[in-house]
Amino acid sequence: MTEASAEPAPRVADAFADGPALIPYLTAGDPDLEATEEFVRALARGGADAIELGMPFSEPIAEGPTIQNAIFRALDAGTTPERFLDAVGDLDVDVPLLVMTYYNPIYQYGSEDGPEPYVEAAAEAGLSGVIVPDLPAEESDPLQDACEAHGLDLVFVVAPTTTGDRLDRLMARTSGFAYVQARLGTTGARTDLSEATFESLSRLDGYDVPRAVGFGVSEREHAAAIVEGGADGVVVGSALVEMVAEGVEADENPATVAERLQAAVADLKAGAEEGATRATPESQGN
Amino acid sequence: MSGDARETPADDGKFGRFGGQYVPEALMPAVEELTDAYQRYVLDNEDGFIDEFREHLRTFGGRPTPLQRADRSSERYDTEVYLKREDSVHGGAHKLNNALGQVLLAKYMGKERVIAETGAGQHGTATAMAAAHLDMPCEIYMGRTDVNRQRPNVFRMRLDGAEVNPVDVGSGTLKEAINETLRDWATNVEDTHYVIGSVVGPHPFPSMVRDFQAVISEEARSQVQEAADRLPDAVVACAGGGSNTMGSFHHFVGDEDVDLYAVEAGGSGLERHEDEGVAPHSASLSTGDEGVLHGARTKLLQDRHGQILESHSVSAGLDYAGVGPELADLVESGRVTPATVGDDEALEAFHRLSRLEGIIPALETSHAFGFLEREGAELGDLVVVTVSGRGDKDLETVIEETEQRDLDAAPDLEVFER
Repeated sequence: MTEASAEPAPRVADAFADGPALIPYLTAGDPDLEATEEFVRALARGGADAIELGMPFSEPIAEGPTIQNAIFRALDAGTTPERFLDAVGDLDVDVPLLVMTYYNPIYQYGSEDGPEPYVEAAAEAGLSGVIVPDLPAEESDPLQDACEAHGLDLVFVVAPTTTGDRLDRLMARTSGFAYVQARLGTTGARTDLSEATFESLSRLDGYDVPRAVGFGVSEREHAAAIVEGGADGVVVGSALVEMVAEGVEADENPATVAERLQAAVADLKAGAEEGATRATPESQGN
Repeated sequence: MSGDARETPADDGKFGRFGGQYVPEALMPAVEELTDAYQRYVLDNEDGFIDEFREHLRTFGGRPTPLQRADRSSERYDTEVYLKREDSVHGGAHKLNNALGQVLLAKYMGKERVIAETGAGQHGTATAMAAAHLDMPCEIYMGRTDVNRQRPNVFRMRLDGAEVNPVDVGSGTLKEAINETLRDWATNVEDTHYVIGSVVGPHPFPSMVRDFQAVISEEARSQVQEAADRLPDAVVACAGGGSNTMGSFHHFVGDEDVDLYAVEAGGSGLERHEDEGVAPHSASLSTGDEGVLHGARTKLLQDRHGQILESHSVSAGLDYAGVGPELADLVESGRVTPATVGDDEALEAFHRLSRLEGIIPALETSHAFGFLEREGAELGDLVVVTVSGRGDKDLETVIEETEQRDLDAAPDLEVFER
């Protein structure tokens, strides 16, 4: 592999060590893996604290139209798990990288059934964490064992419908952070924040795990409000994927799109920091 | 329930290595709620649910359906052939058994809305009928390609008051419709029940849908004993997702001397074209590999990277890249024998049964009769074949496909030419 894989990958928790974490998502291979590498470097320059990369799967049931279309562009461009991991191995950014994908491509990877070969290759490529939206805690033992064996964090999604014992079990299982789903439904940029987001955050008070909010977060003020509301991090996906889509549509140079992504991440990061400043005096009273 | 040797699966819904609950966390509480409702209402008959379900099947659905001795087929194959006539269920297919059960269950659960996916439109129309009958708002997701090629069924759903939402992504067929219905469910999970159309999906759907369809084999098992004073040597049913198959087999699974044959769509050939992402068949039991799709671990048509292939069959109702996990397990254990029948053989069988018995079968059903033609008396002295649905919905397709072929059993269709 590459030089980068010789050094140990950073831990996902590092992203939360120094103030609120801004975690952008892009679909890898959209419009191709070379562009993705350029975009990822731009996200890191813009101040991303960790980066989620979607590894495309043909049946993306958790995604709204924006990311579905990105996934289909990536598949059309020939993005396979092997090529994805090669591209990740070529990256030299120093923030933790997480793969977000569905269980079947993880399960099929390598010569034997089961998640172990994929996780081993992901660790070698320098990935720090794994998020699998169609794998609930109940079915996750094999993947969790593999992640522990290879030093990767397995991040679970906490939904607005997750309560009671389920919540306790998930918070005990998740590692790196808890991915707080801001609202019911699929991924996709929204113009407002839902009340459910803040209810979810307050339900998660008292667990000793960083909480990052995603699903529908698109604007600087969202990032500020979410961090002010108690989140340790913000995940932004569809709004950035939309910028890539517009670049593809207008046949723009990836470098031009990368500049816009960098600026957008810097803006969102500034929002998160504003939120942290606003929260400080109040949180002392809590 | 005589002849029922199978246990309800463990709480995690596993059938051997198959099954499970591979769904987003947001849906897990709904899946747990449904598991609880399945136990109470369906398995324990709480509040008389099963009694009411059976009453609707009888008065609205037209059950029990006949088990008919097929005289001319019996003569042709030199064996006793009996037909389980699910084509005579209201709506023209076995699909209503499940749709009625689930829409009624949604009412018992206090849900305010049902949604369903449909490929050819048979499950969509069955759900729309059940929803109208039971006064439940209903929305159907259907791939754009299927909407355009199944217009009569789209009209039937609309006539029964259902909303029909075309799905534009991907190839615009069944798996995209399932994806989009899962997305709707994940958005509206608090007041909505997803009426899944086959023995697929996360637990408890494979068990629950099987239980609603098991009325087929419950009736057939006692009817055949009454008619012939014995059990059959073989039961033959077509298999797509597997709801007709599991329904036809369930009460015979414990009868070890009864052979069970699941006939899949062989399409135009059993190969795979991974570069194009296509398998020109739907034979996931016969040719698929283990994987995870739409909530369950099962046998799938997929490429070596785990991407799901576009399947094919002349019969839209069998055209699916996965199969129910219990059926996958029954094949794995050797209890059920899988077989494939291609487009050509199925079309021949369609014409043959129409002419021989005066029964125009659905193209799905025709696959079971293609298998009967191939095996004949090899299947034993008494064979039950499930006529899963009637073929009225397929006439346009059959005319088109027949014109492209030289079929021995087809009538002269010149009347349609100008």
